[in-house]
Amino acid sequence: MRGFAVLLKKEITEQWRTGRLPVVGVIFLLFGLASPVLAKYTPDIVKLAASSIDIHVPTPTIKDAVDQLIKNLNQVGVLTAILLAMGSVAGEKESGTAAFVLVKPVGRFAFLAAKFTGLALTMAAAVLLGGLAAYIYTDLLFAPLSVLGFGAACLVILLGLLEIVAVTFLGSTLVRSSIPAAAIGLVAVVVAGIVSSLPQVGHFTPFGLNELASDLALQQVGTGWDWPVIANAGFVVVAMAAGWLVFRRQEL
Amino acid sequence: MEAAIVCHSLVKRYGDITAVDRLDLEVPAGSLFGFLGPNGAGKTTTIRLLTGLSWPTSGRAVVAGLDPARGDIQLRRRISHQDQQSKLYGWMNGRELLEFVGRLFGFRGPDLRSRVDEALEKTGLVEAAGRRVAGYSGGMRQRLNLAQALMNRPQVLFLDEPASSLDPAGRHDILDLLADLRGQVTVFMSSHILEDVEKVCDRVGIIDRGRLVADATMAELQARFAEPVFAIELEPGQAAAEADLIAVLGQSALIGGIGHDGVALRVAVNDASRAGPEILRILATSGVHVARFERLRPSLEDVFLRLVPSQRPRGAHR
Repeated sequence: MRGFAVLLKKEITEQWRTGRLPVVGVIFLLFGLASPVLAKYTPDIVKLAASSIDIHVPTPTIKDAVDQLIKNLNQVGVLTAILLAMGSVAGEKESGTAAFVLVKPVGRFAFLAAKFTGLALTMAAAVLLGGLAAYIYTDLLFAPLSVLGFGAACLVILLGLLEIVAVTFLGSTLVRSSIPAAAIGLVAVVVAGIVSSLPQVGHFTPFGLNELASDLALQQVGTGWDWPVIANAGFVVVAMAAGWLVFRRQEL
Repeated sequence: MEAAIVCHSLVKRYGDITAVDRLDLEVPAGSLFGFLGPNGAGKTTTIRLLTGLSWPTSGRAVVAGLDPARGDIQLRRRISHQDQQSKLYGWMNGRELLEFVGRLFGFRGPDLRSRVDEALEKTGLVEAAGRRVAGYSGGMRQRLNLAQALMNRPQVLFLDEPASSLDPAGRHDILDLLADLRGQVTVFMSSHILEDVEKVCDRVGIIDRGRLVADATMAELQARFAEPVFAIELEPGQAAAEADLIAVLGQSALIGGIGHDGVALRVAVNDASRAGPEILRILATSGVHVARFERLRPSLEDVFLRLVPSQRPRGAHR
């Protein structure tokens, strides 16, 4: 891990100075704020819009607020994860900065690890901001959620997003430009979306974690959650290991 | 003298394309080595092989006593690389970039600060140190790239076109800086600017289509490719004496032909070692006033063009 700390500091500074971290943070914050608000007032909006038609809209519950948050963070999170990770390694190979760094006494594993950690911290900060905003507004509009349960739900959402980051990151390691890396990430999202609808295996995909996140936030979690979490976390590790195996002997 | 860079039959192939073809090379420690070749001749590939950014298909290299193909961290402490193609991190300012590089080498505190200040000073970037690299001109970026390569005070410094974007004054400064490194650092410099190489390099290698076609000192190259022609320039106002001189020279069996290029007589000979003293004897006895007498030496450009004919197709090589 030679050079990891220096490289990680550079990654975090770069995320901040290039505006990625603040922009992603603000987007997640807005979606976090909007989710309980939308869950609360969507029935009223629908009734107002269709005042001449007799529509029965169920009274919104705290579960609606949580599910809305999970849905929103997934949608914006997937896009953000791909956009952040697509150029992470490929962009540096393309611009020559990867060679610039790796001709110095720095390990290639440290280079990759610092990049992934930087991305993970950006995603974590964004999920934290979005989650915090959603927690406060859910409390104001519905009822307080368990801090521990909601925190665990945010971690599970983050894990799902990190899988998208990891697979796009792997793509970015394999190719020399950002667009094909993004395509790899998008294909992975489509495949994960299809697999997540299948019985038995659906829980082992990033989108299959949504139900678990919802249950955790509402403190309704039963048994059988451990293997999906372990499998999804394992997928991140496998994607990183594959990236490392490719990158360690890749010509720059 | 001990060699800082040694290549033994180094080969690099990309599919059917041979980018570097059985390269044998020795660069003495402390020397400034100019590495020339047309576009796609294999210069950049060779530098990548020698810096460990790429691996040879066969053959072996030793740089600063270590094999770059082994990816040894120790080697990367001993070398530096200035790559013309690298865009650097535009969001950093000049000082931050040098500090970042210094930290990668493990320098901290006052040592780091003094190295950064020294590199900025040497490359004339002190005033621009606080500006973002993205706002630097091409020349400033090239200076910064050289500054970062000096941070670890390397044993072997690889430079890819170190002065191509610089104005004449900037080129002069950088070439002076490189000349000052002579004896302390081994500089392996690829360049298209033959004048720069001629000015600072002790030794020159010329690569074409992946193969080394020349590897010698400047003096050796000039001697090897010198044409057997002497130039004699007389002081002005000696037209009659010049005509007499041509007549006398024409009688010598050692002289093959005499021409005039508008400034000086060009005397072609068959055997330069015997003809030189003979011409000097004739000049001494003829009573003419001589402004210049020299054996014509080829410039590096002349040598380059003779070894690397520009008409060759080059598409197949990097």
